[in-house]
Amino acid sequence: MTESLIHARGLTKTYGDFVAVDGIDFDVAKGESFGFLGPNGAGKSTTMRIIGATSVRTSGTLTILGKDPEVNGPQIRAHLGVVPQQDNLDVELTVSENIFIYGRYFGLSSSFINKKIPELLEFAQLEEKKDTKVQALSGGMKRRLTIARSLVSEPDILMLDEPTTGLDPQARHILWDRLFRLKEQGVTLLITTHYMDEAEQLCDRLIVMDKGKIMAENSPAQLIKDYSTKEVLEVRFGSEKNHEMVDVLRPLAERIEVLPDRILLYAEDGEQLLEQIAAKGIHPNTSLVRRSSLEDVFLRLTGRSLVE
Amino acid sequence: MAKWAGIIFFAAVINPTLYLVSIGIGVGSLIDANKGVNGVSYLTFLAPALLASAAIQGSSDEVIFPTMAGFKWERTFFGMRSTPITARQISLGLFIAAMARTSISVVIYWIALYYFGALDSPTAWLAMPAALFAGAAMAAVMLALAGKIEKEDFFFTIVGRFIMIPMFLFSGTFYPLSQMPVFLQFFGWLSPLWHATEIGRFLTYDYPISGPMLLMHFSVLAAMIFFGLTASFRIFAARLEK
Repeated sequence: MTESLIHARGLTKTYGDFVAVDGIDFDVAKGESFGFLGPNGAGKSTTMRIIGATSVRTSGTLTILGKDPEVNGPQIRAHLGVVPQQDNLDVELTVSENIFIYGRYFGLSSSFINKKIPELLEFAQLEEKKDTKVQALSGGMKRRLTIARSLVSEPDILMLDEPTTGLDPQARHILWDRLFRLKEQGVTLLITTHYMDEAEQLCDRLIVMDKGKIMAENSPAQLIKDYSTKEVLEVRFGSEKNHEMVDVLRPLAERIEVLPDRILLYAEDGEQLLEQIAAKGIHPNTSLVRRSSLEDVFLRLTGRSLVE
Repeated sequence: MAKWAGIIFFAAVINPTLYLVSIGIGVGSLIDANKGVNGVSYLTFLAPALLASAAIQGSSDEVIFPTMAGFKWERTFFGMRSTPITARQISLGLFIAAMARTSISVVIYWIALYYFGALDSPTAWLAMPAALFAGAAMAAVMLALAGKIEKEDFFFTIVGRFIMIPMFLFSGTFYPLSQMPVFLQFFGWLSPLWHATEIGRFLTYDYPISGPMLLMHFSVLAAMIFFGLTASFRIFAARLEK
Protein backbone atom coordinates (compact mmCIF):
# COMPACT_ATOMS: atom_id res chain seq x y z
CA MET A 1 0.00 0.00 0.00
CA THR A 2 1.46 3.33 -0.96
CA GLU A 3 1.97 5.70 1.92
CA SER A 4 -0.47 8.59 2.03
CA LEU A 5 0.86 12.07 1.41
CA ILE A 6 -1.21 13.32 4.33
CA HIS A 7 -2.29 11.03 7.15
CA ALA A 8 -4.50 12.08 10.04
CA ARG A 9 -5.96 10.04 12.90
CA GLY A 10 -8.00 11.52 15.72
CA LEU A 11 -7.01 15.02 14.70
CA THR A 12 -8.38 17.46 17.27
CA LYS A 13 -8.19 21.21 17.83
CA THR A 14 -9.78 22.98 20.74
CA TYR A 15 -9.81 26.62 21.73
CA GLY A 16 -10.53 26.53 25.44
CA ASP A 17 -13.91 24.81 25.70
CA PHE A 18 -14.72 25.16 22.02
CA VAL A 19 -13.97 22.09 19.88
CA ALA A 20 -13.21 23.27 16.36
CA VAL A 21 -11.99 19.92 14.99
CA ASP A 22 -13.30 16.83 16.75
CA GLY A 23 -11.07 13.80 16.28
CA ILE A 24 -11.17 13.38 12.50
CA ASP A 25 -9.43 10.72 10.39
CA PHE A 26 -8.48 11.02 6.74
CA ASP A 27 -5.80 10.18 4.19
CA VAL A 28 -4.85 12.03 1.04
CA ALA A 29 -3.00 10.26 -1.76
CA LYS A 30 -0.47 11.82 -4.09
CA GLY A 31 -2.01 13.56 -7.09
CA GLU A 32 -5.49 13.55 -5.60
CA SER A 33 -7.82 16.49 -5.56
CA PHE A 34 -9.27 16.30 -2.08
CA GLY A 35 -12.07 18.45 -0.72
CA PHE A 36 -13.44 19.54 2.64
CA LEU A 37 -17.07 20.45 2.15
CA GLY A 38 -19.19 22.01 4.86
CA PRO A 39 -20.90 25.18 6.06
CA ASN A 40 -19.11 28.09 7.74
CA GLY A 41 -17.86 27.06 11.15
CA ALA A 42 -17.55 23.37 10.26
CA GLY A 43 -13.82 23.30 11.05
CA LYS A 44 -12.52 23.20 7.46
CA SER A 45 -10.25 26.24 7.68
CA THR A 46 -8.92 25.16 11.05
CA THR A 47 -8.08 21.74 9.61
CA MET A 48 -6.33 23.40 6.67
CA ARG A 49 -4.22 25.56 8.96
CA ILE A 50 -3.18 22.50 10.95
CA ILE A 51 -2.20 20.62 7.79
CA GLY A 52 -0.37 23.76 6.64
CA ALA A 53 1.95 23.47 9.67
CA THR A 54 0.69 26.82 10.97
CA SER A 55 -1.87 26.09 13.65
CA VAL A 56 -0.71 23.55 16.24
CA ARG A 57 -3.10 20.62 16.76
CA THR A 58 -4.37 19.86 20.26
CA SER A 59 -4.13 16.07 19.90
CA GLY A 60 -4.11 13.23 17.39
CA THR A 61 -1.66 12.02 14.78
CA LEU A 62 -0.79 13.95 11.67
CA THR A 63 1.95 13.35 9.15
CA ILE A 64 2.50 15.30 5.98
CA LEU A 65 5.01 13.92 3.50
CA GLY A 66 5.97 11.50 6.25
CA LYS A 67 6.80 14.25 8.77
CA ASP A 68 5.11 15.66 11.88
CA PRO A 69 4.31 19.36 11.45
CA GLU A 70 5.00 20.11 15.10
CA VAL A 71 8.56 18.85 14.72
CA ASN A 72 9.39 19.68 11.10
CA GLY A 73 7.15 22.66 10.40
CA PRO A 74 9.47 24.71 8.15
CA GLN A 75 10.52 21.61 6.20
CA ILE A 76 6.92 20.69 5.46
CA ARG A 77 5.97 24.26 4.56
CA ALA A 78 8.77 24.23 2.00
CA HIS A 79 6.67 21.76 -0.01
CA LEU A 80 3.33 23.48 0.41
CA GLY A 81 1.54 26.16 -1.53
CA VAL A 82 -1.02 28.00 0.55
CA VAL A 83 -3.93 30.08 -0.72
CA PRO A 84 -5.68 31.37 2.41
CA GLN A 85 -9.26 32.48 2.84
CA GLN A 86 -8.25 36.11 3.39
CA ASP A 87 -5.63 37.52 1.02
CA ASN A 88 -2.42 38.62 2.70
CA LEU A 89 -0.63 40.22 -0.21
CA ASP A 90 1.67 43.18 0.33
CA VAL A 91 -0.52 45.97 -1.04
CA GLU A 92 2.34 48.44 -1.38
CA LEU A 93 4.31 46.17 -3.71
CA THR A 94 3.59 45.33 -7.34
CA VAL A 95 2.30 42.01 -8.64
CA SER A 96 5.81 40.87 -9.62
CA GLU A 97 7.38 42.08 -6.39
CA ASN A 98 4.88 40.11 -4.35
CA ILE A 99 5.82 36.91 -6.15
CA PHE A 100 9.50 37.71 -5.87
CA ILE A 101 9.57 38.35 -2.15
CA TYR A 102 7.45 35.28 -1.44
CA GLY A 103 9.90 33.17 -3.39
CA ARG A 104 12.75 34.60 -1.32
CA TYR A 105 11.03 33.43 1.86
CA PHE A 106 11.49 29.91 0.50
CA GLY A 107 15.18 30.62 0.05
CA LEU A 108 14.88 30.36 -3.73
CA SER A 109 17.54 32.18 -5.71
CA SER A 110 16.74 35.46 -7.46
CA SER A 111 17.52 33.95 -10.84
CA PHE A 112 15.17 31.03 -10.26
CA ILE A 113 12.36 33.29 -9.17
CA ASN A 114 12.87 35.75 -12.01
CA LYS A 115 12.57 32.88 -14.46
CA LYS A 116 9.37 31.65 -12.79
CA ILE A 117 7.61 35.00 -12.65
CA PRO A 118 6.58 35.28 -16.34
CA GLU A 119 5.34 31.68 -16.23
CA LEU A 120 3.26 32.38 -13.13
CA LEU A 121 1.89 35.65 -14.51
CA GLU A 122 0.77 33.81 -17.62
CA PHE A 123 -0.88 31.13 -15.48
CA ALA A 124 -2.76 33.80 -13.56
CA GLN A 125 -3.52 35.87 -16.66
CA LEU A 126 -1.92 38.87 -15.02
CA GLU A 127 0.90 39.59 -17.50
CA GLU A 128 -0.36 43.10 -18.20
CA LYS A 129 -0.50 43.87 -14.50
CA LYS A 130 3.00 42.77 -13.62
CA ASP A 131 4.11 46.23 -12.49
CA THR A 132 0.81 47.29 -11.02
CA LYS A 133 0.51 47.82 -7.28
CA VAL A 134 -1.71 45.23 -5.64
CA GLN A 135 -3.90 48.01 -4.22
CA ALA A 136 -5.16 48.67 -7.75
CA LEU A 137 -6.25 45.10 -8.51
CA SER A 138 -9.78 43.71 -8.42
CA GLY A 139 -10.76 40.96 -5.96
CA GLY A 140 -10.54 38.27 -8.61
CA MET A 141 -7.10 39.44 -9.73
CA LYS A 142 -5.82 39.49 -6.15
CA ARG A 143 -7.03 35.93 -5.69
CA ARG A 144 -5.34 34.83 -8.93
CA LEU A 145 -2.15 36.53 -7.77
CA THR A 146 -2.32 34.71 -4.43
CA ILE A 147 -2.63 31.42 -6.29
CA ALA A 148 0.22 32.28 -8.66
CA ARG A 149 2.35 33.33 -5.71
CA SER A 150 1.70 30.05 -3.93
CA LEU A 151 3.14 28.15 -6.89
CA VAL A 152 6.51 29.91 -7.01
CA SER A 153 8.19 27.12 -5.05
CA GLU A 154 6.63 24.38 -7.23
CA PRO A 155 4.86 22.82 -4.24
CA ASP A 156 3.88 19.17 -3.95
CA ILE A 157 0.64 20.08 -2.22
CA LEU A 158 -1.48 23.14 -3.02
CA MET A 159 -3.96 24.12 -0.32
CA LEU A 160 -6.84 26.43 -1.17
CA ASP A 161 -9.19 27.69 1.54
CA GLU A 162 -12.51 28.83 0.07
CA PRO A 163 -10.79 29.92 -3.16
CA THR A 164 -13.78 31.42 -4.93
CA THR A 165 -15.75 32.97 -2.09
CA GLY A 166 -16.63 36.54 -2.98
CA LEU A 167 -15.79 36.19 -6.66
CA ASP A 168 -18.15 36.80 -9.56
CA PRO A 169 -19.14 33.82 -11.75
CA GLN A 170 -16.68 34.63 -14.51
CA ALA A 171 -13.78 34.89 -12.08
CA ARG A 172 -14.80 31.59 -10.51
CA HIS A 173 -14.73 29.79 -13.83
CA ILE A 174 -11.33 31.18 -14.75
CA LEU A 175 -10.03 29.97 -11.41
CA TRP A 176 -11.52 26.49 -11.80
CA ASP A 177 -9.91 26.25 -15.19
CA ARG A 178 -6.52 27.13 -13.73
CA LEU A 179 -6.94 24.55 -10.96
CA PHE A 180 -7.89 21.86 -13.49
CA ARG A 181 -4.63 22.51 -15.29
CA LEU A 182 -2.67 22.10 -12.08
CA LYS A 183 -4.46 18.85 -11.42
CA GLU A 184 -3.45 17.65 -14.87
CA GLN A 185 0.15 18.47 -14.01
CA GLY A 186 -0.07 16.13 -11.03
CA VAL A 187 -0.17 18.66 -8.18
CA THR A 188 -2.04 17.34 -5.14
CA LEU A 189 -4.88 19.74 -4.36
CA LEU A 190 -6.56 20.30 -1.02
CA ILE A 191 -9.64 22.49 -1.24
CA THR A 192 -12.15 23.68 1.30
CA THR A 193 -15.43 25.07 0.10
CA HIS A 194 -19.05 25.56 1.00
CA TYR A 195 -20.03 25.66 -2.68
CA MET A 196 -21.33 22.31 -3.84
CA ASP A 197 -20.72 23.04 -7.52
CA GLU A 198 -17.08 23.76 -6.74
CA ALA A 199 -16.75 20.53 -4.77
CA GLU A 200 -18.41 18.51 -7.52
CA GLN A 201 -16.31 20.06 -10.26
CA LEU A 202 -12.89 20.01 -8.66
CA CYS A 203 -12.70 17.14 -6.18
CA ASP A 204 -11.88 13.48 -6.74
CA ARG A 205 -12.85 12.72 -3.18
CA LEU A 206 -14.33 14.73 -0.43
CA ILE A 207 -15.08 14.84 3.24
CA VAL A 208 -18.36 16.35 4.34
CA MET A 209 -17.73 18.21 7.61
CA ASP A 210 -20.11 19.67 10.12
CA LYS A 211 -19.41 20.96 13.64
CA GLY A 212 -15.86 19.66 13.60
CA LYS A 213 -16.78 16.09 12.65
CA ILE A 214 -16.72 14.08 9.44
CA MET A 215 -20.21 13.16 8.30
CA ALA A 216 -19.24 11.21 5.17
CA GLU A 217 -16.31 10.59 2.86
CA ASN A 218 -16.29 9.51 -0.78
CA SER A 219 -16.24 10.77 -4.35
CA PRO A 220 -18.94 13.35 -5.16
CA ALA A 221 -20.77 10.92 -7.45
CA GLN A 222 -20.72 8.13 -4.88
CA LEU A 223 -21.92 10.41 -2.09
CA ILE A 224 -24.87 11.46 -4.20
CA LYS A 225 -25.63 7.82 -5.00
CA ASP A 226 -25.38 6.81 -1.35
CA TYR A 227 -27.23 9.66 0.25
CA SER A 228 -29.66 10.88 -2.38
CA THR A 229 -31.76 9.80 -5.33
CA LYS A 230 -30.92 10.56 -8.94
CA GLU A 231 -33.32 13.49 -9.28
CA VAL A 232 -35.13 16.02 -7.15
CA LEU A 233 -38.50 17.63 -7.74
CA GLU A 234 -38.84 21.00 -6.06
CA VAL A 235 -42.36 22.26 -5.57
CA ARG A 236 -43.76 25.46 -4.11
CA PHE A 237 -47.30 26.02 -2.87
CA GLY A 238 -46.97 29.42 -1.26
CA SER A 239 -45.99 29.83 2.37
CA GLU A 240 -49.41 29.09 3.90
CA LYS A 241 -50.22 25.96 1.92
CA ASN A 242 -46.67 24.57 2.03
CA HIS A 243 -47.11 22.68 5.25
CA GLU A 244 -50.51 21.21 4.39
CA MET A 245 -49.17 19.51 1.31
CA VAL A 246 -46.39 17.63 3.10
CA ASP A 247 -48.50 14.69 4.34
CA VAL A 248 -50.24 14.40 1.01
CA LEU A 249 -46.98 14.24 -0.88
CA ARG A 250 -44.96 12.10 1.50
CA PRO A 251 -46.07 8.66 0.26
CA LEU A 252 -45.44 9.59 -3.36
CA ALA A 253 -41.66 10.10 -3.22
CA GLU A 254 -38.73 8.07 -1.95
CA ARG A 255 -37.80 10.85 0.44
CA ILE A 256 -39.10 14.28 1.33
CA GLU A 257 -37.35 17.35 2.74
CA VAL A 258 -39.33 20.33 3.93
CA LEU A 259 -37.68 23.71 3.56
CA PRO A 260 -39.19 27.01 4.68
CA ASP A 261 -40.18 28.05 1.18
CA ARG A 262 -40.43 24.79 -0.76
CA ILE A 263 -40.72 21.02 -0.58
CA LEU A 264 -38.08 18.70 -2.03
CA LEU A 265 -39.26 15.37 -3.34
CA TYR A 266 -36.58 12.79 -4.07
CA ALA A 267 -37.14 10.20 -6.81
CA GLU A 268 -35.33 8.42 -9.60
CA ASP A 269 -37.37 10.24 -12.21
CA GLY A 270 -38.52 13.73 -11.31
CA GLU A 271 -40.67 14.36 -14.40
CA GLN A 272 -42.58 11.14 -13.80
CA LEU A 273 -43.22 12.12 -10.20
CA LEU A 274 -44.54 15.48 -11.32
CA GLU A 275 -46.97 13.76 -13.66
CA GLN A 276 -48.11 11.46 -10.85
CA ILE A 277 -48.77 14.44 -8.62
CA ALA A 278 -50.72 16.24 -11.31
CA ALA A 279 -52.77 13.09 -11.92
CA LYS A 280 -53.85 13.28 -8.29
CA GLY A 281 -55.07 16.80 -8.87
CA ILE A 282 -52.19 18.50 -7.06
CA HIS A 283 -50.92 21.57 -8.88
CA PRO A 284 -48.02 23.42 -7.26
CA ASN A 285 -47.42 27.14 -7.89
CA THR A 286 -44.03 26.37 -9.37
CA SER A 287 -42.10 23.18 -9.96
CA LEU A 288 -38.54 22.38 -10.90
CA VAL A 289 -36.88 19.09 -11.75
CA ARG A 290 -33.14 18.88 -11.26
CA ARG A 291 -30.53 16.24 -10.63
CA SER A 292 -29.32 15.63 -7.06
CA SER A 293 -26.33 17.56 -5.81
CA LEU A 294 -24.03 17.61 -2.81
CA GLU A 295 -26.38 20.13 -1.27
CA ASP A 296 -28.93 17.34 -1.05
CA VAL A 297 -26.31 15.03 0.46
CA PHE A 298 -25.54 17.60 3.09
CA LEU A 299 -29.21 18.18 3.79
CA ARG A 300 -29.69 14.46 4.26
CA LEU A 301 -26.71 14.13 6.59
CA THR A 302 -27.30 17.14 8.78
CA GLY A 303 -30.83 18.39 8.17
CA ARG A 304 -29.44 21.80 7.21
CA SER A 305 -28.34 23.44 3.99
CA LEU A 306 -24.74 24.28 3.15
CA VAL A 307 -25.33 28.00 2.82
CA GLU A 308 -27.34 29.44 5.66
CA MET B 1 12.73 50.77 2.51
CA ALA B 2 13.94 52.49 -0.63
CA LYS B 3 10.37 53.54 -1.36
CA TRP B 4 10.11 55.52 1.81
CA ALA B 5 13.57 57.09 1.83
CA GLY B 6 12.22 60.57 1.30
CA ILE B 7 9.81 60.42 4.21
CA ILE B 8 12.33 58.79 6.54
CA PHE B 9 14.79 61.56 5.83
CA PHE B 10 12.17 64.23 6.32
CA ALA B 11 10.85 62.88 9.61
CA ALA B 12 14.32 62.12 10.91
CA VAL B 13 15.70 65.56 10.26
CA ILE B 14 12.96 68.15 10.39
CA ASN B 15 11.26 67.38 13.68
CA PRO B 16 14.35 67.04 15.85
CA THR B 17 15.91 70.03 14.10
CA LEU B 18 12.98 72.16 15.18
CA TYR B 19 13.64 71.22 18.79
CA LEU B 20 17.32 71.82 18.30
CA VAL B 21 16.85 75.31 16.99
CA SER B 22 14.04 76.48 19.22
CA ILE B 23 15.00 75.06 22.58
CA GLY B 24 18.65 74.33 22.06
CA ILE B 25 19.61 77.64 20.64
CA GLY B 26 16.81 79.77 21.99
CA VAL B 27 16.74 78.58 25.57
CA GLY B 28 20.41 77.72 25.37
CA SER B 29 21.43 81.29 24.92
CA LEU B 30 19.73 82.15 28.23
CA ILE B 31 21.47 79.34 30.05
CA ASP B 32 24.90 79.93 28.56
CA ALA B 33 24.69 83.49 29.73
CA ASN B 34 24.56 81.86 33.16
CA LYS B 35 27.75 79.76 32.65
CA GLY B 36 26.08 76.76 30.89
CA VAL B 37 25.59 73.27 32.37
CA ASN B 38 28.33 70.92 33.67
CA GLY B 39 30.81 73.44 32.38
CA VAL B 40 29.76 73.07 28.75
CA SER B 41 27.39 74.95 26.53
CA TYR B 42 23.69 74.09 26.72
CA LEU B 43 23.76 72.80 23.18
CA THR B 44 26.50 70.32 24.07
CA PHE B 45 24.51 69.24 27.11
CA LEU B 46 21.38 68.82 25.06
CA ALA B 47 22.75 67.11 21.98
CA PRO B 48 23.16 63.50 23.22
CA ALA B 49 19.67 63.63 24.70
CA LEU B 50 18.09 64.85 21.48
CA LEU B 51 19.95 62.24 19.48
CA ALA B 52 18.77 59.45 21.78
CA SER B 53 15.26 60.83 21.70
CA ALA B 54 15.24 60.88 17.91
CA ALA B 55 16.47 57.27 17.89
CA ILE B 56 13.77 56.19 20.33
CA GLN B 57 10.91 57.91 18.54
CA GLY B 58 12.19 56.69 15.18
CA SER B 59 12.71 53.07 16.18
CA SER B 60 9.28 52.91 17.86
CA ASP B 61 7.55 54.12 14.70
CA GLU B 62 9.59 51.78 12.53
CA VAL B 63 8.45 48.84 14.66
CA ILE B 64 4.86 49.68 15.55
CA PHE B 65 3.44 50.46 12.10
CA PRO B 66 4.84 47.43 10.24
CA THR B 67 3.68 45.20 13.10
CA MET B 68 0.14 46.55 12.84
CA ALA B 69 0.25 46.14 9.07
CA GLY B 70 1.65 42.65 9.33
CA PHE B 71 -0.91 41.34 11.79
CA LYS B 72 -4.02 43.33 11.09
CA TRP B 73 -4.15 45.80 8.21
CA GLU B 74 -2.56 43.67 5.50
CA ARG B 75 -1.92 40.39 7.32
CA THR B 76 1.39 40.00 5.50
CA PHE B 77 2.93 38.10 8.45
CA PHE B 78 0.41 35.32 7.91
CA GLY B 79 1.55 35.05 4.33
CA MET B 80 5.17 34.86 5.45
CA ARG B 81 4.35 32.25 8.07
CA SER B 82 2.92 29.90 5.42
CA THR B 83 6.43 29.62 3.97
CA PRO B 84 9.36 27.91 5.74
CA ILE B 85 9.92 31.13 7.71
CA THR B 86 9.21 30.96 11.46
CA ALA B 87 7.50 33.46 13.75
CA ARG B 88 10.78 34.16 15.49
CA GLN B 89 12.42 35.04 12.18
CA ILE B 90 9.58 37.39 11.34
CA SER B 91 9.84 39.35 14.60
CA LEU B 92 13.64 39.42 14.61
CA GLY B 93 13.71 40.41 10.95
CA LEU B 94 11.36 43.28 11.63
CA PHE B 95 13.51 44.43 14.55
CA ILE B 96 16.68 44.38 12.45
CA ALA B 97 15.04 46.24 9.57
CA ALA B 98 13.68 48.87 11.96
CA MET B 99 17.10 49.40 13.55
CA ALA B 100 18.71 49.67 10.11
CA ARG B 101 16.30 52.43 9.14
CA THR B 102 16.74 54.13 12.50
CA SER B 103 20.52 54.09 12.06
CA ILE B 104 20.21 56.15 8.91
CA SER B 105 18.06 58.73 10.70
CA VAL B 106 20.48 58.89 13.60
CA VAL B 107 23.48 59.48 11.36
CA ILE B 108 21.70 62.24 9.48
CA TYR B 109 20.67 63.90 12.72
CA TRP B 110 24.15 63.61 14.16
CA ILE B 111 25.51 65.41 11.10
CA ALA B 112 22.94 68.17 11.63
CA LEU B 113 23.95 68.49 15.29
CA TYR B 114 27.59 68.67 14.28
CA TYR B 115 26.95 71.54 11.94
CA PHE B 116 25.03 73.39 14.62
CA GLY B 117 28.17 73.22 16.72
CA ALA B 118 26.61 70.98 19.36
CA LEU B 119 29.31 68.34 19.20
CA ASP B 120 32.91 69.47 19.46
CA SER B 121 34.67 66.65 21.28
CA PRO B 122 36.67 64.02 19.35
CA THR B 123 34.53 61.30 20.95
CA ALA B 124 31.29 62.96 19.92
CA TRP B 125 30.56 60.28 17.30
CA LEU B 126 30.03 57.84 20.17
CA ALA B 127 26.72 59.54 20.85
CA MET B 128 25.41 57.60 17.84
CA PRO B 129 25.87 54.06 19.16
CA ALA B 130 24.59 55.23 22.53
CA ALA B 131 21.47 56.61 20.90
CA LEU B 132 20.98 53.47 18.82
CA PHE B 133 21.33 51.32 21.92
CA ALA B 134 18.40 53.23 23.40
CA GLY B 135 16.53 52.91 20.14
CA ALA B 136 17.04 49.16 20.17
CA ALA B 137 15.79 48.92 23.76
CA MET B 138 12.63 50.84 22.92
CA ALA B 139 12.09 48.96 19.67
CA ALA B 140 12.33 45.58 21.40
CA VAL B 141 9.70 46.57 23.98
CA MET B 142 7.42 48.17 21.39
CA LEU B 143 7.71 45.10 19.18
CA ALA B 144 6.30 42.98 21.99
CA LEU B 145 3.55 45.47 22.85
CA ALA B 146 2.49 46.10 19.26
CA GLY B 147 2.37 42.36 18.67
CA LYS B 148 -0.34 42.10 21.30
CA ILE B 149 -2.54 44.94 20.09
CA GLU B 150 -5.85 44.14 18.40
CA LYS B 151 -7.43 47.61 18.49
CA GLU B 152 -4.79 50.10 17.57
CA ASP B 153 -6.47 53.49 18.04
CA PHE B 154 -6.16 53.44 21.81
CA PHE B 155 -2.66 52.11 21.63
CA PHE B 156 -1.35 54.91 19.46
CA THR B 157 -2.93 57.57 21.64
CA ILE B 158 -1.67 56.00 24.83
CA VAL B 159 1.85 55.51 23.55
CA GLY B 160 2.02 59.04 22.20
CA ARG B 161 0.51 60.87 25.15
CA PHE B 162 1.45 58.74 28.14
CA ILE B 163 4.75 57.24 27.18
CA MET B 164 6.57 59.29 24.57
CA ILE B 165 5.82 62.80 25.70
CA PRO B 166 6.34 62.28 29.45
CA MET B 167 9.52 60.37 28.66
CA PHE B 168 10.79 63.23 26.57
CA LEU B 169 9.99 65.81 29.24
CA PHE B 170 11.04 64.01 32.41
CA SER B 171 14.19 62.14 31.42
CA GLY B 172 16.77 64.78 32.15
CA THR B 173 16.72 65.80 28.52
CA PHE B 174 16.51 69.54 28.88
CA TYR B 175 17.95 69.81 32.39
CA PRO B 176 19.85 67.45 34.67
CA LEU B 177 17.53 64.95 36.32
CA SER B 178 18.82 66.02 39.70
CA GLN B 179 17.09 69.37 39.22
CA MET B 180 13.75 67.65 39.66
CA PRO B 181 12.28 66.89 43.10
CA VAL B 182 13.15 63.33 44.15
CA PHE B 183 9.66 61.88 43.79
CA LEU B 184 9.59 62.87 40.13
CA GLN B 185 13.09 61.59 39.47
CA PHE B 186 11.98 57.95 39.65
CA PHE B 187 10.28 58.37 36.29
CA GLY B 188 13.66 59.04 34.76
CA TRP B 189 14.94 55.75 36.15
CA LEU B 190 12.28 53.87 34.19
CA SER B 191 13.05 55.71 31.01
CA PRO B 192 15.41 54.31 28.39
CA LEU B 193 15.92 57.87 27.24
CA TRP B 194 17.51 58.89 30.53
CA HIS B 195 19.83 55.87 30.58
CA ALA B 196 20.95 56.52 27.03
CA THR B 197 21.32 60.24 27.65
CA GLU B 198 23.60 59.64 30.62
CA ILE B 199 25.76 57.25 28.60
CA GLY B 200 25.75 59.66 25.66
CA ARG B 201 26.80 62.61 27.81
CA PHE B 202 29.63 60.61 29.30
CA LEU B 203 30.84 59.66 25.83
CA THR B 204 30.67 63.11 24.29
CA TYR B 205 32.06 65.38 26.99
CA ASP B 206 33.52 65.31 30.49
CA TYR B 207 30.33 64.34 32.30
CA PRO B 208 30.62 63.62 36.02
CA ILE B 209 29.25 60.07 36.35
CA SER B 210 30.52 57.02 38.24
CA GLY B 211 31.49 53.62 36.80
CA PRO B 212 28.76 51.65 38.59
CA MET B 213 26.13 54.11 37.38
CA LEU B 214 27.32 53.70 33.79
CA LEU B 215 27.17 49.94 34.18
CA MET B 216 23.66 50.22 35.56
CA HIS B 217 22.52 52.35 32.61
CA PHE B 218 24.02 49.91 30.16
CA SER B 219 22.47 46.91 31.90
CA VAL B 220 18.98 48.38 31.98
CA LEU B 221 19.06 49.01 28.24
CA ALA B 222 20.56 45.59 27.52
CA ALA B 223 17.87 43.95 29.66
CA MET B 224 15.14 45.81 27.77
CA ILE B 225 16.52 44.50 24.50
CA PHE B 226 16.79 40.95 25.79
CA PHE B 227 13.41 40.71 27.48
CA GLY B 228 11.66 42.72 24.77
CA LEU B 229 12.87 40.40 22.03
CA THR B 230 12.21 37.23 24.01
CA ALA B 231 8.66 38.38 24.69
CA SER B 232 8.19 39.35 21.03
CA PHE B 233 9.20 35.89 19.85
CA ARG B 234 6.58 34.34 22.07
CA ILE B 235 3.89 36.88 21.22
CA PHE B 236 4.43 36.63 17.47
CA ALA B 237 4.43 32.82 17.62
CA ALA B 238 1.22 32.71 19.63
CA ARG B 239 -0.55 35.03 17.23
CA LEU B 240 0.69 33.31 14.08
CA GLU B 241 0.18 29.75 15.28
CA LYS B 242 -3.37 29.99 16.65
